[in-house]
Amino acid sequence: MPLIMGMSVLLACQFLGELVARGLTLPIPGPVIGMVILLVGLMVRGKVPTSLRVTGEGLLNYLTLLFVPAGVGLMVHFALIGRDLLPILVTLVVSTALTLAATAWALDRLNRRRRGQGR
Amino acid sequence: MNVATLDQLWVYLSGNPLLSLLVTLLVFTLAVRINKALGGTPLVHPVTLSIAMLIGLLLLVDMDYATYFEGAQFIHFLLGPATVALAIPLYDHRERVGRLLVPLLVACVVGIVTAVASTLGIALAMGARPETVLSLAPRSVTSPIAMGIAEQIGGIPSLAAGLVLLTGSIGCALAPWVFRLLRITDPAVQGFALGLSAHGFGTAQAFARIGAVAGAFSGLAMGLTGLLTAFLLPLMTRLIGLGN
Repeated sequence: MPLIMGMSVLLACQFLGELVARGLTLPIPGPVIGMVILLVGLMVRGKVPTSLRVTGEGLLNYLTLLFVPAGVGLMVHFALIGRDLLPILVTLVVSTALTLAATAWALDRLNRRRRGQGR
Repeated sequence: MNVATLDQLWVYLSGNPLLSLLVTLLVFTLAVRINKALGGTPLVHPVTLSIAMLIGLLLLVDMDYATYFEGAQFIHFLLGPATVALAIPLYDHRERVGRLLVPLLVACVVGIVTAVASTLGIALAMGARPETVLSLAPRSVTSPIAMGIAEQIGGIPSLAAGLVLLTGSIGCALAPWVFRLLRITDPAVQGFALGLSAHGFGTAQAFARIGAVAGAFSGLAMGLTGLLTAFLLPLMTRLIGLGN
């Protein structure tokens, strides 16, 4: 029953994460805290159980599909987006390109400097 | 033999979660096929294409989003455990992540400041409404966090959620060009930039297109960005005198 075992572990971590997020009224979603909990658990355990790996990697392989239902929700926002369509589109495209470039450039630079020091 | 009329059948089917669940899977399969046939171009990302086709379909048959979501929620639900599962690639690459911790944190702050500053600057310069500007501000963050932040700084949470989704698909489409332009080839750097600027969409793209290393760094970037933005953004909007 590797799938059931793996899924139980993932759901248990998510559940704990939700409890922490709600209990402490944090602005962070429960699954993100659940991810941290699982990571700590794996560090303590020292390896990834096969059942968890099979289930987890199976889910991650189809991660793109999982965003589709939420994405269709865009149709509800058509009117709101339409009121400021041009500024929104320009901002999204230009700012996203800038963000991608700045992040990649900064990390690449820092990496190189570090490698240079190591030599 | 009694045969139900077509509209009776439709009344039954459209009220049943089975239909939207099945249609979502079929449309996604079709979108992946179309994307492959076009040579895997990031411009028509399977997710963006699926979303566009499904919206078109729902408008065509006059089904509202709430009805559709009753079936599609079974897919949506798996996002939670999938987010938790991001710990697995992160654990696999823990040594590399640990070695790069300081550069990663610095790059994360650089990315967030760029995202927020350029968003506010461009949107204000183009004359968007204040509540639109404030809903745009948290757009790089995964939608549950973005909605919380938008509410806190005076934006519209549901609009923020929509803009987060648009940002995700735009980020996936732009990323290959930006990386080619800057000659970025390291999968860890590519993944991190994708996860920071295009949250879960970027992470999914990193897993599907670049590989497990990129996926791990992307998931890490998504989590870090969410945490840091929740603290930095209210400060930045107050600094320029917007919102409350």
